[in-house]
Amino acid sequence: MENLGYLAVLLAFCLSVYAIAASVAGRLKGKPFLVVSAERAVYAIFFLVTLASGILVWALMTGDFRFAYVAGHSNRAMPALYKFAAWWGGQEGSLLFWSWLLAGYAAVVVFTNRRKHRTIMPYVTAILMGVQAFFLLLNAFVVSPFRMLAMDGVVTALPDGNGLNPQLQYFAMAIHPPMLYLGYVGFAVPFAFAMASLLTRLPGDAWIHTTRRWTLVTWLFQSCGILLGAKWAYHALGWGGYWAWDPVENASLLPWLTASAFLHSVMMQEKKGMMKVWNMVLVASTFFLCILGTFITRSGIISSVHAFAQSSIGRYFVSFLAIGIAATVYLILDRLDYLKSESQLESVVSRESSFLFNNLILVASCFAVLWGTMFPVISESFMGERIALDPAWFNRLMIPIGLFLLFLTGVGPLFAWRRTSLESLRRNFQWPGLAAVVLVAALIAAGVRNFYALISFGFCLFVALTILIEFYKGSRAIAAKNEMNLLRAAFELTHRNTRRYGGYLVHMGIVLMFVGFTGAAFNQSVTAEVNTGDAVRLGSYSLKIANMTEGDTENYTWNRALVEVSKNGERLGVLEPERRFYKASRQGLGHIGLRPRLNEDLYVNYVVDDGKAVLQAYVFPLVSWIWIGSLVLVFGTLVALAPSKVKRQYARTEVVGVTRKYAPVEK
Amino acid sequence: MKKYGKFAVLIVLILGTLIWLAAGGMGESKAYYKTITELGQMGDRAYDTRLRVAGDIEGGSIQRKGKDVEFTLVQENRKLRVAYHGNDPLPDTFRDGAQAMADGKMGRDGVFHAHKIQAKCASKYEMKPGQKAGGTSRAGL
Repeated sequence: MENLGYLAVLLAFCLSVYAIAASVAGRLKGKPFLVVSAERAVYAIFFLVTLASGILVWALMTGDFRFAYVAGHSNRAMPALYKFAAWWGGQEGSLLFWSWLLAGYAAVVVFTNRRKHRTIMPYVTAILMGVQAFFLLLNAFVVSPFRMLAMDGVVTALPDGNGLNPQLQYFAMAIHPPMLYLGYVGFAVPFAFAMASLLTRLPGDAWIHTTRRWTLVTWLFQSCGILLGAKWAYHALGWGGYWAWDPVENASLLPWLTASAFLHSVMMQEKKGMMKVWNMVLVASTFFLCILGTFITRSGIISSVHAFAQSSIGRYFVSFLAIGIAATVYLILDRLDYLKSESQLESVVSRESSFLFNNLILVASCFAVLWGTMFPVISESFMGERIALDPAWFNRLMIPIGLFLLFLTGVGPLFAWRRTSLESLRRNFQWPGLAAVVLVAALIAAGVRNFYALISFGFCLFVALTILIEFYKGSRAIAAKNEMNLLRAAFELTHRNTRRYGGYLVHMGIVLMFVGFTGAAFNQSVTAEVNTGDAVRLGSYSLKIANMTEGDTENYTWNRALVEVSKNGERLGVLEPERRFYKASRQGLGHIGLRPRLNEDLYVNYVVDDGKAVLQAYVFPLVSWIWIGSLVLVFGTLVALAPSKVKRQYARTEVVGVTRKYAPVEK
Repeated sequence: MKKYGKFAVLIVLILGTLIWLAAGGMGESKAYYKTITELGQMGDRAYDTRLRVAGDIEGGSIQRKGKDVEFTLVQENRKLRVAYHGNDPLPDTFRDGAQAMADGKMGRDGVFHAHKIQAKCASKYEMKPGQKAGGTSRAGL
């Protein structure tokens, strides 16, 4: 079995090298059969990597503890779901998972484009297979998941495994890595198309139309991955936070920021033929940041609470990044003439300019996060000392950035292309602006003094109203014309231009999430050592320890507290925070008691240590809105992905002297 | 060219603000990674710089005194007594033999006063980088 798995990975690696050579040679020498054979190699690689993964998963599920990987990341008592999730729970497995996803994506790309884009497809295949070859190289020679445990030269099985890290034995955590990886890996495809069109100097923006939807899907996966990670941190880590500017969290945020920038600036290229170089840079940066993200997560170069793995794969990643970035920079510089802009910026108050600033801010924030994350490495190489920056630094910088972005979210979509008249500004922003000012005044009167919180609530209301007014105006027009009710009309409106109104929904999701983030300014907490019968006060809540129990299961032992919650004397029910101690990995884990409400969450963590019981209780105002906002964001993205009822040709603004500048919408 | 001037002014303004914010925050929120050996050689500077020290938690050294926890970090046979005064509970991975990182300041009493602890459990089977994987062999080769 294990030999078959290893052989499959090895063969896949050879095939990926062959696919690169065959598709490039086939393209240059004009030999279609070579190109086709390279594409068949792509399918074969997918089959082989699937086989290898299947063998590993089989070993995990059946508990074949001869495998070093299985012994390290699984044990008999673990539920089947987590045995399966152990596939991506450790270094070797997760890199195999990466390879498998990429092979799957590549097979889909080759299949869906088997009759399209024939001039660039050989290069697309070659670039995808270049990335594939790198990961298969790691799978085969550096961190093979098919290493056996041996005693005195004889392969030996252990009686039982180490178990998956209990912090990872959590439902959101089982699906968080696949989501994030789907995002990370998916960005190889837009990158491959962008580079292939540069290589061939393909006229027009065909690559953008082919990859726009792809980029959006990838972005959706990435968003889900990040948000699930936040949700997991909130539920599983017991400190009540959802984001701590940890290097691994930051690594997942970096490509998300550049991808968001790309999704906006790509509209400039579609509609006006502007920012072409910039888009190339964004696609390439996103891809390389995805690789960097995998590298930071997997190499433990920056010590992090998340660093579940540490290894010497670092130099392979650094070489891959260096070669890739150098080649991309050279390619872009060499083809600058092909990337000439077709129109110019006209006014500071215009859609173009709002996109420009949105991009500036997103990329600046990406750079800031990158700087902060890599600072230990940067300072070590320039100052000789490893220096870390703590979350306060990130907050100091990212809160104003976030608020400015929030503001742009509101105004940007309402600016007209080219320039916006004062009259239209007044018409669009008068009421939302006024309402925001009233809200801020009311909050000040109610005693809220936190500057950023006031600004944030004001902007949230402002942006939410501008979006609602947009929906209302459009729906009312349709309702009047077709004699339907407003709700049907709103549906019809969205259906007619899913991209635009889906985009608004995504913005709405972001606004709701900001409401949730802002709640953090008003968190309350208390920590106390407790015995049965004790009561702990927190704000208007009173927490009474009614009972403390303990018990034992096959996988872990547990301590549980029964906490009676009352608010202002009124009984609200009980919470049962639990502390588990996993036997296989000899590690503890808290299962918090949570009372989620739309206005605030009551969050109770229970720790038993050395016979002492400690209760930690927190009140987190508005946190639920982050998760609600996430759902709205996902829904909005799905709407934007759905095809519009009306197919439209995006006619470019006329540019004198340039012909054939109509961008066809993808078929 | 005038309109490009406006763009330039705005861009410079935004980036300037960000750089100002970033640079201003650097001083307060930086912490130096030091080994226990380096800590001993820092002299007086050790007492007023924020530091991060990593090591393994010595077996049996963890003592609880009310809310505070004291333990000993070991790194290359050098030991450091650490007292933790933070509000947050210690991480689940904090136990004898785990790798831990303490964030705080060196006290004149010779004890390192930490306000934050991170811990990572040393897994039974996972090798550290560079360490020879004893007793394992690659399948099929």
